[in-house]
Amino acid sequence: MKFAVLVFPGSNCDIDCYKAVEDTVGQKVDFVWHTATDLSGYDAILVPGGFSYGDYLRCGAIARFAPVMNEVIKAAEQGKFVLGICNGFQILTEAGLLPGVLRRNENLKFRCHSALLEVVNNNTAFTNQYNEGEIIDIPIAHGEGNYYCDDETLAKLQSNNQIVFRYKAGANPNGSIDDIAGISNERGNVVGMMPHPERAIDEILGSADGKRMFTSILNAWREQHGAAVNG
Amino acid sequence: MKAKVYVTIKENVLDPQGTAVQGALHTMGFAEVGSVRIGKYLELELDTNDKAEAEARVKAMCEKLLANVVVEDYRVELEG
Repeated sequence: MKFAVLVFPGSNCDIDCYKAVEDTVGQKVDFVWHTATDLSGYDAILVPGGFSYGDYLRCGAIARFAPVMNEVIKAAEQGKFVLGICNGFQILTEAGLLPGVLRRNENLKFRCHSALLEVVNNNTAFTNQYNEGEIIDIPIAHGEGNYYCDDETLAKLQSNNQIVFRYKAGANPNGSIDDIAGISNERGNVVGMMPHPERAIDEILGSADGKRMFTSILNAWREQHGAAVNG
Repeated sequence: MKAKVYVTIKENVLDPQGTAVQGALHTMGFAEVGSVRIGKYLELELDTNDKAEAEARVKAMCEKLLANVVVEDYRVELEG
């Protein structure tokens, strides 16, 4: 299986994502520059955190028009796995791959600390190694993670089981609607989340709970491809 | 021709920055201040004299990039 980690001017979690793939699942992984026009060789696309284009205009608004984003949209249409983390989540909403928008945190503070999440949907390519309802510890680091969508969209997210992670009840750090920390598209192959699983892959980092997101992706890919365990 | 674009947060969407500024103004004694909404102001120099065309093109720019219409409204003024 082959992973791509996209790199925009201002990405700063790209190396963490790359190392996380190496350390958790040991699969092939490449950095792919924002100008790339071919992602056909990759099975999973990671859109990392950071401040692409300095967050000018709106977070993710300009990155969304980078040449590589057309390829990300194609990959998503082909059913490949796309995971946007933090600024990556913002980019995916701006690109229309995920509904809604990430607004300024309600308290206006940049929140950088560990956060407890509830795994709401463990029936995705990104969460199949977790239990439904499991509480996991994954750090957050954002100033604009306050997820918002209109009531109609929220009802759809709920009824289609597209809410993947919620902040633990009573511990919503940013005011996001329905305590949403991460969502998927309808098909389930595109997920965006504000917390950083790539920063939680070893106990020495404070938590290893993020590791299973990467093993989930590999597991899902193997199931799709009937690949050997060493694939 | 010049286009002035005003991007504002939709009325039904909370504006945390505006609320913080309102609180600061109240603390300073400007008790008459009701709600405060913060937005963006952009000036675009356009290489055209065709007002109708400019209006349509700037509208497209707003819809695609300058505003996120999920939470923002925009208003365009053309000059010259």
